[in-house]
Amino acid sequence: MTYQTAIAAPAAPLIKPKTSKDDRVMVGFILVICLYLLISLAFPLYAMLSKSFSTYAFDLTNFEFQVNTGDGWSETFSAAAQNEKVQRFKPEDLVTSSDGRLAPTELFPDFSFRSPTLYKLRQVRGDTSFLFKTDRVDDTDWHEYSSNEFRRIVLRASADTGLDNFRTYFSTPALFRSIENSLFISLLSTIITVSLAFGFAYAINRSTMRFKGLFKLIAMIPILVPSLLPGIALVYLFGNQGMIKGLLMGESIYGPIGIVIGSVFFTFPHALIIITTALGISDGRLYEAATALRASRWRTFWTVTIPGARYGLISAAFVVFNLVITDFGLPKVIGGQYNMLAVDIYKQVIGQQNFEMGAVVSVVLLVPALLAFGIDRYVQKKQVAQLSARSVPYVPKPHKQFDRICLGYCSLIAIFIVGLIAVCQYAALIKFWPYNLSLSLDNYNFKVMDGGGWDSYTNSIQLALYTAFAGTIVVFTGAYMVEKTNGFFTTRSSFQFLAMMPMAIPGMVLGLAYIFFFNNPDNPLNSIYGTLAIMVICSVTHFYTVSHLTAVTALKQMDREFESVAASLKQPFHKLLSKVTVPVCLPSILDISIYLFVNAMTTVSAVIFLYSPDTTLASVAVLNMDDAGDVAPAAAMGMMIFYTNVSARLIHQFVSRKMVRRTQAWRGT
Amino acid sequence: MTEQTGAGPSSEVYLHIDRLTKKFGSFVALDSVSLDVYEGEFICFLGPSGCGKTTLLRAIAGLDIQTSGTVRQADADISALPPSERDFGIVFQSYALFPNLTAERNIAFGLENQKLEKSAVDKRVNELLELVGLPDQGPKYPAQLSGGQQQRIALARALATSPGLLLLDEPLSALDAKVRAHLRHEMKDLQRRLGVTTVMVTHDQEEALTMADRIVVMNHGVIEQVGTPTNIYREPDTLFVADFIGAMNQVEGRANGANGVSIGEMNFTSRNHGLTSDAPVVAAIRPEDIVPQGVGDYSSSDTNLENSLEVEIESMEFLGSFWRVSLKNNALGGATLVADLSINAMRRLEVTTDSRIRVKLPSDRLWVFPPAASA
Repeated sequence: MTYQTAIAAPAAPLIKPKTSKDDRVMVGFILVICLYLLISLAFPLYAMLSKSFSTYAFDLTNFEFQVNTGDGWSETFSAAAQNEKVQRFKPEDLVTSSDGRLAPTELFPDFSFRSPTLYKLRQVRGDTSFLFKTDRVDDTDWHEYSSNEFRRIVLRASADTGLDNFRTYFSTPALFRSIENSLFISLLSTIITVSLAFGFAYAINRSTMRFKGLFKLIAMIPILVPSLLPGIALVYLFGNQGMIKGLLMGESIYGPIGIVIGSVFFTFPHALIIITTALGISDGRLYEAATALRASRWRTFWTVTIPGARYGLISAAFVVFNLVITDFGLPKVIGGQYNMLAVDIYKQVIGQQNFEMGAVVSVVLLVPALLAFGIDRYVQKKQVAQLSARSVPYVPKPHKQFDRICLGYCSLIAIFIVGLIAVCQYAALIKFWPYNLSLSLDNYNFKVMDGGGWDSYTNSIQLALYTAFAGTIVVFTGAYMVEKTNGFFTTRSSFQFLAMMPMAIPGMVLGLAYIFFFNNPDNPLNSIYGTLAIMVICSVTHFYTVSHLTAVTALKQMDREFESVAASLKQPFHKLLSKVTVPVCLPSILDISIYLFVNAMTTVSAVIFLYSPDTTLASVAVLNMDDAGDVAPAAAMGMMIFYTNVSARLIHQFVSRKMVRRTQAWRGT
Repeated sequence: MTEQTGAGPSSEVYLHIDRLTKKFGSFVALDSVSLDVYEGEFICFLGPSGCGKTTLLRAIAGLDIQTSGTVRQADADISALPPSERDFGIVFQSYALFPNLTAERNIAFGLENQKLEKSAVDKRVNELLELVGLPDQGPKYPAQLSGGQQQRIALARALATSPGLLLLDEPLSALDAKVRAHLRHEMKDLQRRLGVTTVMVTHDQEEALTMADRIVVMNHGVIEQVGTPTNIYREPDTLFVADFIGAMNQVEGRANGANGVSIGEMNFTSRNHGLTSDAPVVAAIRPEDIVPQGVGDYSSSDTNLENSLEVEIESMEFLGSFWRVSLKNNALGGATLVADLSINAMRRLEVTTDSRIRVKLPSDRLWVFPPAASA
């Protein structure tokens, strides 16, 4: 058979591949998880977005009155005309929220509920309503009321769509000033954290100092506690009755100083992980070349080290920036009068019940978060391209003086981290600071405190366990399906997009979006509102991206042809999955579950809007007890979270080691 | 099937490939390829990387189904079927052994849930371990086996379910040269014993020449030539095949009649090429086909002088069993010829660098092809 004869032959039939049963089942799984992400992410966000554009105002032209003061009914006049006449409400007074009510008696300066005057009220169109006592009236008939009845009437606002909420936001200095505050705090914290973390990572990677393992361990502590815990420690150190208040020289810890110090504390490990990785992949051969060229240490640092780590530094900067600007617990505890965006959302929603404005602030907060997320993704792609298979890892040589400086520096950072935790522990054990310094466990008696008592602690454990369990299954299944299915390109790429999205969505924004979506009576899923389930869903979704990426990385290391081999042997995918893929990926699967557990234990922002009196959580209890002035019990509860996460990590390590020995016997032989 | 003592290929067509085309976007990876594979045959797809050989194999397996064209296996149309509904075993370059399963559990993977007794599975696994010559390696994990052992376990796993078709995707190229040569022989032997129809993809011509019953040479998504190893080597259809398989002298010239070629100032008789006179061509001859004739002048009446010329030895390279020498003659227009001369011939002719000898380019070994650019 030659080429020429083949050309001459008539066109061959086009082939439409038949999908196998496995392919269909797997796509079914993808669609289910897609649906999960739509319901737990896309729809709520859409609900929130539309909420931010919903405006409510009293349409006075739609209400008409007749009055009878004893000498017959007056002419019909509209509420708008009456308002014009008595000059009661300015136009901005008529803008309100979905719950806005307006008493018509306000339009009648002479009104007295004892007077014999009769009132008639009707609506021109049926698209507004008013309440008489608790009855809603939305017809266009005349209704007659005595004065005593008339005072029980309130007009309801009518809904509209528009930019009014945003206009209000940007014309209220108390609100929009938070943007500047948030940006300022985030930038400052980013610069400080990244510099400190870089020094720490540099010392660990490039020196031969002792105690490296210990330092690495200590640096990870902040991940195990809620972000507001350092705030409580700072209050004890520098607050109005602080132990070393004098060090601040009259400045107050409540405000920018406290927020920045606390932010540095809780973002430090995140920055450190990224920068350590970036420094770790640098090529030892470049340093050999620099030495051969007789470049000074200083010059080598600026021409080799910094350029090599620059993507890591940029990436760390964006991660820290994002964490700080979206964090809510810390500024709530130590921010004082200093307003930040995330706290504004809380104040609008919980304090003023103004959900529309909460949605507006959320949208505003999404902008820098999305921006930081986008740039970070872009930078991380570049970083991968920089890796070379032929790189030789850098091996540091002993250098007495340099090692001593590194040791000193890392010790300072370690003291800072351990110190803040120790202060919290101390605070939790002191009877009554600063008057009674005797030690006791009274503060752990959560039964007598606000915040839900020990129930909130057990709730938190439940939440963390469910999140770890359900989340790991959902995430790994999703990642497996999207990595190992053939064809169905559109479905898979839209899934990938959905899986990356949660990283860009601040926890508070997600929580608020859940209120709008799940608390809607028309939503069939309305029943999960106020349960532990909704918080599990929110936590899984909130921490989806990192878990997904971990799973995908592990799956990518598997031979691409396993699925082909299994298909040729006529074995279903679930057999391959259970016998090979899951056992081989077990270390990563355990990593995902501990990540979800620890984060579900510590998160405040994702659940602050979702807990109910029956489902209070430990992290929220810390916040609420602190709010109520029970700072020491708050510290005690924070420490409970810390102990739990430390134990969880230890158990995780023990279990992984045991399971790895059993299932990974093939490794390292 | 494994029990049958195969005795080489039969004349039954087992795999019928008809006008297969595979496009990736606008790139045509396979362009209307047609091929018949006979039952029990060992066939090799040979070609440079990107020639479409792996694409063709994956289309046969159903792993990347073709855009158009049909594949029939054992008289059934399998063109659109997913891999799990086809009948084949496959060995990949990476072997794709499951790292967390021992060698025997890897082999047993396809035997489980086939309603087989556990003892039957064990028996079959032992049989296969025996077959690939690794009876004692069953309990070991892949990481504890050498590359060659892993390859044989992968082969045993592919054969476990007694498939009608064995597909091998560069199965030897991850191994070092010595193991490769040994396994080549062993695999071919095994295939002949089992009589399983086998398709192997390789870019290694030596592998193809030693193992295949027939070789399919591919380039740019089309089949250049199909034939037995000797046929492909001795009678290349195209310049590409001539160039890709073995060593080949290539000299630019012009056609001179339907079976002649002019190179520089000299005219030679060649195999019939049917090209119009004066068309630019490439003349080709294998180094071992150049015949040394002797030293010094011959009278012009000698009939042996056809296609014979005097050359200067430019350089010599000792390759163990023979010498590779570069030959030069200014009348050839600056072209250099490479000839493989036996140790005997070298001794007889007392060849040294810069000495002159007379060689003959036998007309039936001298090919003339259209140049590659216009092909």
